[in-house]
Amino acid sequence: MSEPKSAPAEALLSLENISLSFGGLKAVSDVSFDIRKGEIRAIIGPNGAGKTSMLNCINGFYHPQQGRITFKGRTRKSMRPHEAARGGIARTFQNVALFKGMTTLDNIMTGRALRMKRGVLWQLLRAGPALREEIEHRRFCEEIIDFLEIEHIRKTPVGKLPYGLQKRVELGRALAMEPDLLLLDEPMAGMNLEEKQDMSRFILDVNRRDGTTIALIEHDMGVVMDISDRVVVLEYGRKIADGVPADVQGNQKVIDAYLGVPR
Amino acid sequence: MFYREAGQFKTSYAADMAIFPIRQDRIAMLLLLAFAFAGVPLLAAFHVPPFNSEYLLRAIILPFLILSLAAIGVNVLIGYCGQVSLGSGAFMAIGAYSAYKFNTGIPGLWLPPLPTLASILLGGLMASIAGIVFGIPSLRIKGLYLSVATLAAQFFFDWLFLRVKWFTNYAPSGSVSAPELSFFGLTVASPVEKYLLALTFVCVFALGAKNLARGNLGRQWMAIRDMDIAAELIGIRPLAAKLSAFAVSSFIIGVAGALWAFVYLGSWEPLAFNIDRSLQLLFMVIIGGLGTILGSFLGAAFILLLPIALSQLPAAVGLKISTATITHLEFIIFGSLICFLLIKEPLGFARLWQIGKEKLRLWPFPY
Ligand SMILES: Nc1ncnc2c1ncn2[C@@H]1O[C@H](COP(=O)(O)OP(=O)(O)OP(=O)(O)O)[C@@H](O)[C@H]1O
Ligand SMILES: [Mg+2]
Repeated sequence: MSEPKSAPAEALLSLENISLSFGGLKAVSDVSFDIRKGEIRAIIGPNGAGKTSMLNCINGFYHPQQGRITFKGRTRKSMRPHEAARGGIARTFQNVALFKGMTTLDNIMTGRALRMKRGVLWQLLRAGPALREEIEHRRFCEEIIDFLEIEHIRKTPVGKLPYGLQKRVELGRALAMEPDLLLLDEPMAGMNLEEKQDMSRFILDVNRRDGTTIALIEHDMGVVMDISDRVVVLEYGRKIADGVPADVQGNQKVIDAYLGVPR
Repeated sequence: MFYREAGQFKTSYAADMAIFPIRQDRIAMLLLLAFAFAGVPLLAAFHVPPFNSEYLLRAIILPFLILSLAAIGVNVLIGYCGQVSLGSGAFMAIGAYSAYKFNTGIPGLWLPPLPTLASILLGGLMASIAGIVFGIPSLRIKGLYLSVATLAAQFFFDWLFLRVKWFTNYAPSGSVSAPELSFFGLTVASPVEKYLLALTFVCVFALGAKNLARGNLGRQWMAIRDMDIAAELIGIRPLAAKLSAFAVSSFIIGVAGALWAFVYLGSWEPLAFNIDRSLQLLFMVIIGGLGTILGSFLGAAFILLLPIALSQLPAAVGLKISTATITHLEFIIFGSLICFLLIKEPLGFARLWQIGKEKLRLWPFPY
């Protein structure tokens, strides 16, 4: 499903020579790649390859010691998390990071926090503009809830939901931010085939319908080959391959990395 | 059978977002308010027992209302925003002493004596400012360490109001008396009047707190409480969210402190707001239910009524228990209940109440 896009889209985000280490441990060394507007970009690699660390650098959770990040034409050494959020980067986490005491609906509504502008006094009265704003955003979130087919758990505290549904709610919260760039860290981990198919469909829909650019970490090669436009492969913090799925699949280094050939 | 929402379909988000979406709840609430605002004063006026006894209004219902208000404030900070504070007593004291100073005039600042209502609200504002200042460490420190910092606030203000005589207008005994309470020309003096005054404050503040809690700001507080890192990554600023919780919470606690001093105690000393008060409020929100407005009321009722029940019940059934034993019993019950709730049901009585309602919705069918 990797039809070539008509015009070579410009890069939405580019990473140049990113290096990140924790004490002596090099999690990412000298990695460069870009993410083009409107594409689904997969990041793959064996466990501990530095994939999550890479996403953490992109949305400002980690600050790389070296390298440059250019997002929407602005170059920075690193970002602050809320800057990234304001700039239109949303993400989900490898081990779900939802607000456990809040309902599905409230979790998704927090994704609208940045867009809700009414002052505290109006909120105190919950009337006039504040009520209108609340309803308007509620409507938006209900559309997401419909889209993700989670109407039945709208008012359930998310801590009680099974893992697969939590992953969906987390995607919903990220979508509520109407991001330009959506980072998904193993959105299908621990899911059965059917759940994976649903999730793949949601991801493709978001990409096609809203034109949201997506960067996704995934271990299931079938899914990666199916839905991504381009793939970057990391191993021991280094980039070992980058290209369309068919090329990457045939790449000897990638095959070795996954088969664990000693080097 | 009667408590059921079948047939009540919500056709708009506004209806679904209403404070009591189920009709029976709305009716019950209106009845309760009507009884509280009109029924109780009428019954008292016609000397209908038990409302003919001044004791009930003055010594049970009045403190219940004011401490419920303080518990709502504590719940905003601890229950909704997850910042555990042991300094609630201090913020009550700030509200009380500031209101006293504004109410008696501050010549040094060319401030004439202000009306009662303005003084009480300014008392809340002062507590709010202090809350923000003492909330700043919450950006760096969390959990236990933050509680210790708020504990420091508690001891600091205990000391301040005891030692700096300016706050007590140089009263030789250290105890101060509130001037006459007057609101827009109406004097509030009798137990019924005081009761209505406290009731009005509690209703207005409870509604405001509920509105904030279920709006954008409240969701930000809860997001910070449940997972501050994720909250930050979706663009919520921890600074703004935490400090706003400190500000709102201490404002409510400050107003409650001013009411406690002016309306309930009448005259008071710093001891009225010491660490015991802070712990009492903390227990109220844990037992009543963290993160619920209803829980603040349930917790306050329980903590105030248990000692009374313990002192009356054994005598009523003819048992002789010494007061010392009763106090011990109180501690044992509170302690074990708190342990039980923290482990089993962190949402406290409010959650049990909800479970009860859900059961009732299905009743008499088991499913
Ligand atoms: N906060 C941290 N402190 C110390 N070391 C870390 C930290 N985060 C990641 N690492 C280390 O960096 C390396 C890369 O980790 P990362 O989580 O990015 O891998 P990954 O590719 O996402 O792996 P997985 O497929 O298991 O999720 C690992 O060796 C990990 O132990
Ligand atoms: Mg990872």
